[in-house]
Amino acid sequence: MNERAYDIVIIGSGAGGGTVAQELSPLCRKGLRIAVLEKGPKLRDEEFTGREFEMARVLYEEGGGFLTAEGTMTLAFGSTYGGSTAVYTGTSLLPPERVLRKWNVPGLTLEEIERRAQKFKAQNNVHLIEDEFLNENNRLFVAGCRRLGWNVGQFPVNVKGCRGSSLCNLGCPNQAKQGTDRVQLPAAERNGVEVITRCEVLRLEEKKVLVRVSAKRDGTKGEPSAWEPGEYSIAAKLIVVAAGAVNSPALLLRSGFGRNLPRLGYGFTAHPALIVVAEHDRPITNFVGHPKSFYLDQFAESDRFLLETCMYFPFITAKSLAGFGEAHSSFMRAYPRLQMILVLACDRVEDANRVTIDSAGRPVVHYHFTPEVTRALVRGAVASARIVFAAGARRVHLPMAQPPTIEERDAARLDGIAEDAPFQLGKVTVSAAHLQGGCAMGRTAADSVTDAFGRVHGAPWLRVADASLFPDSVEINPYLTIMSLADRVAEKIREEVSAL
Amino acid sequence: MPSTENSPRRSSPPALAAFRPLVRAIACTIVPEAAAMDEKAWDEFDALMDSALADRPRELRRRLELFLRAIEWLPVIRFGRRFTSLEPAQRARFLSMLENHPAQIIRSGFWGLRTLVLLGYYGRPETVAAIGYAASPRGWEARR
Repeated sequence: MNERAYDIVIIGSGAGGGTVAQELSPLCRKGLRIAVLEKGPKLRDEEFTGREFEMARVLYEEGGGFLTAEGTMTLAFGSTYGGSTAVYTGTSLLPPERVLRKWNVPGLTLEEIERRAQKFKAQNNVHLIEDEFLNENNRLFVAGCRRLGWNVGQFPVNVKGCRGSSLCNLGCPNQAKQGTDRVQLPAAERNGVEVITRCEVLRLEEKKVLVRVSAKRDGTKGEPSAWEPGEYSIAAKLIVVAAGAVNSPALLLRSGFGRNLPRLGYGFTAHPALIVVAEHDRPITNFVGHPKSFYLDQFAESDRFLLETCMYFPFITAKSLAGFGEAHSSFMRAYPRLQMILVLACDRVEDANRVTIDSAGRPVVHYHFTPEVTRALVRGAVASARIVFAAGARRVHLPMAQPPTIEERDAARLDGIAEDAPFQLGKVTVSAAHLQGGCAMGRTAADSVTDAFGRVHGAPWLRVADASLFPDSVEINPYLTIMSLADRVAEKIREEVSAL
Repeated sequence: MPSTENSPRRSSPPALAAFRPLVRAIACTIVPEAAAMDEKAWDEFDALMDSALADRPRELRRRLELFLRAIEWLPVIRFGRRFTSLEPAQRARFLSMLENHPAQIIRSGFWGLRTLVLLGYYGRPETVAAIGYAASPRGWEARR
């Protein structure tokens, strides 16, 4: 077993870990040694090709197809330098006030989240994309919503020099998206933080991290790890876990923390989502331009769904269309005429939904769909159909409808679907990318895993700084909230660093 | 086939080698255009499926093999013939029954198999080009 020693070890390099790394990096100038451990590889710029299968399998955990234990939903989360910030679309929103009230974390206010987020909005170049770079897939969404009298919002996004490749979810091939891989991690490394890629954390012991570094296989993408392949024992005075809402609770569980933290792994939420696909009579600009420029959130409180523009790649699109045979193929052949909308359900904390581990210590995510969630998905899909018809689509595919294809002249069918459509789990493709909870903030070990600053109850040497801290769904795209919370965690560490 | 991400590596031995005729019959039912693929295209199809399965737990592969055996033999009860001997319309009816089965575990099993087939078919660059998808890293510049 190889041995290493650091003052602070950060596990994960996404929105949480990358932010903590940057915010603590000035401590390196004072002589502290800080390391970031990242399970995935760091790719060279020229390795981002935008090819679907090739990129998905190297950037995402299990290629983006991590299945829940029930086999009814796949989870997409990054496993690379920059974590999920390397594969998101960079949409930069903050939660509504009601979310912070519901969280009820002592001392945590929306004003504080907003104040901290301002710093990252500036660092990561958050802004609205100029009108001339909006594609028709996005414009048609706006047009349809306006004809229905619905209020759309434009996503601020964190891009710089965007060429409109539309390939955000496969890692930007132009290095335009300003995730932690482009901003916070390089800044941290310039200040002396070491980033060790291909480094999987096996378990934690008190002030110790046990890891396995993997070799780069011939013919695969990415740089080799800075360390030789093998197992290491890393001593650390302070450990920050930021491995995401699946892997952070799983790591703590396999390290034995579940014995004293009964809420560990509970409180998992995810924004279950499906795709509504519509066909227009003419080709539209869809696979060019930023894919996600607008959203509709006016039904988030009343009907528990959000709608977002989206444009997915051929395999994901094929997977998301229900059925098979000629009806399925005819939509795929219409690809240049397709408009897409992502329907996200605002789920809530349910005790049945949680992260556990299997006998080998691997994460297992249990997710049971409540009637409220499936109703939200159906109503969101029907609302999407009304939008695309208002925008001029000739037909739409609703995966829960029987049959799934609805011609514009049969739009009256939508009323019946909204009220009665059975939602056949296992048939309808549902995926989620906003994974949250599992190490929730709170007051005591009876109700949470950490305190309001990410300190794990009963283990002052151990912090959490990622979306697993969320006590309930954030109800919007989460990365900016994660960065704000990670900033809060890092600030507290800086205050306490003299005691290390 | 060399082992690179551009040409997906095969597991060794190929996970579904024993089921090739059945998988191809299923694929042609799910994506009718697959019937026109030549042997090279089928090799790419197989390699993509094998590559995706190679990263998955052994238990999942075992369940997939069990599911494939069930697909091959269950039609004997209803049609008096194995799946690979059925007419295309009968194959479609049988797969539709699985997709809409009252038991969620059956629906999920079919969803997983259908997903693999769609990956094998729509994961190929030729297919992507054929449906008119042409996203380019050059973005708007490539459209001018």
